[in-house]
Amino acid sequence: MAINNDRPIPTQSVGAQFHDNARMSMRDVNIFYGDKQAIFDVSLDIGQNEVMAMIGPSGCGKSTFLRSLNRMNDTIEGCRVVGDIAMDGQDLYDSKLDVVELRARVGMVFQKPNPFPKSIYDNVAYGPKIHGLAESRVDLDEIVESSLRKASLWNEVKDRLHQPGTGLSGGQQQRLCIARAIAVNPEVILMDEPCSALDPIATAKIEELIEELSENFTIAIVTHSMQQAARVSHRTAYFHLGRLIEVNPTEQVFTMPEHELTEGYITGRFG
Amino acid sequence: MENLTFENHIASVFDEELEEIRSDLMNMGGQVEQQLEDAVRAICDADSQLAEQVIQRDGKVDKMELAIDEACVLVIARRQPAASDLRLVVAVTRAVADLERIGDEAKKIAKHALELTESGPSPMGYTEVRHLAQSVSQILRNSLDAFARFDADAALVTLEQDKQIDMDYKTALRELVTYMMEDPRSIGRVMSIMWVVRSLERIGDHAKNLCEQVVFIVKGKDIRHSDGH
Ligand SMILES: Nc1ncnc2c1ncn2[C@@H]1O[C@H](COP(=O)(O)OP(=O)(O)O)[C@@H](O)[C@H]1O
Ligand SMILES: [Mg+2]
Repeated sequence: MAINNDRPIPTQSVGAQFHDNARMSMRDVNIFYGDKQAIFDVSLDIGQNEVMAMIGPSGCGKSTFLRSLNRMNDTIEGCRVVGDIAMDGQDLYDSKLDVVELRARVGMVFQKPNPFPKSIYDNVAYGPKIHGLAESRVDLDEIVESSLRKASLWNEVKDRLHQPGTGLSGGQQQRLCIARAIAVNPEVILMDEPCSALDPIATAKIEELIEELSENFTIAIVTHSMQQAARVSHRTAYFHLGRLIEVNPTEQVFTMPEHELTEGYITGRFG
Repeated sequence: MENLTFENHIASVFDEELEEIRSDLMNMGGQVEQQLEDAVRAICDADSQLAEQVIQRDGKVDKMELAIDEACVLVIARRQPAASDLRLVVAVTRAVADLERIGDEAKKIAKHALELTESGPSPMGYTEVRHLAQSVSQILRNSLDAFARFDADAALVTLEQDKQIDMDYKTALRELVTYMMEDPRSIGRVMSIMWVVRSLERIGDHAKNLCEQVVFIVKGKDIRHSDGH
């Protein structure tokens, strides 16, 4: 479809931004790095047990927006988040909120698998320990096992739990990081291009895992692979130059997007 | 999203592949139109040679269908088309199936033309054939035009013409039945003519399907089996 490049970028998103059963609600979010604005007026709901994919050209602000959902941006010098971001109705930017606890409830998996330089067991056990989720060694063992199972890694590592996590393959390391996030009982898992360092088979395993995880968790995933968004997500949000252009059910976005900028991006056209 | 074009892909080969599929489809449409025209002319002019040609050329139409279908499969495998690109490719694979069936119907008409010429000249039923063939050629032409221009509005208008064809078809059947009752010796002949008008009516249906695919490409709506059409 022809892309009209002269058309101004809309200030209003099109599609279905809102959700009846929202776990996270973002309203009029603007994010700045110093004087430079990276996100403009984004309003969006992420539903309970929903997999929300965020796509768009690189530099459009996907990671910036994702990081605002668990206040990862707080760690970036000069980064300022304005607007409302709430989980289950609770304001996440409330000054009284415990950020460490928030990051357990809203876990994050990064592009490069980043296990701690510790054993597989300790990688998973670390979070539950500091959050006091285990009362005994037996409890902890149980959390470690169930987290590794949920991350589809248990069978591959059960005989070498005390070997370093960094000795695993890239795909296994990524699943270990997912197990680590799961271990602290999060409600939401954020993933920023979790497969971009993985081969196709490891990628397929993570994608299958995302599908399973969505039964228990709400997931927001940033991906540069449109096919991946099409495969794993329920709704897809398209970002362009810091604005949320369109949010719609994934099957609609990939067959009949509402906005021509979305169309241009997913069909691989200039724009 | 009104002016639909299949250009400006970052991978320019993709543009070429889609353009080739589109132009091959239009070629096939032209070929099928010719087959229909010749088959009808073979009947009305009692031209058995022309009828033979139509029968022979049907193989070419079948080959075109296979080639275009294969090109579509390759594009899907290679490019994983999305949105309007995906709708185009899917619509083309459906459209070639309809064109191929139109080709088959034209071939059937040509076969009846051979039978009719063998049984000697008689003008009985030709008016009905000519009349119906004219509307059917028109709807086919219009639907191919709508496809070529990705004109959903024209496609929707053309869709409606099929209703007239269905009515003309029923009228023709009634006329033909009257002929048989008036002159029982003509039954064999008129039965052939009945098969011909039946084929023409089917071609109208396939042309209607082409229009539905144009609407699908442009508007993303699948209007097959929906009420009113
Ligand atoms: N730490 C930072 N400091 C300053 N600018 C940044 C920082 N991180 C990202 N940006 C800028 O914000 C914009 C959005 O970046 P990012 O969120 O990383 O985009 P994406 O994830 O979509 O590729 C870009 O223009 C980028 O240069
Ligand atoms: Mg990023």
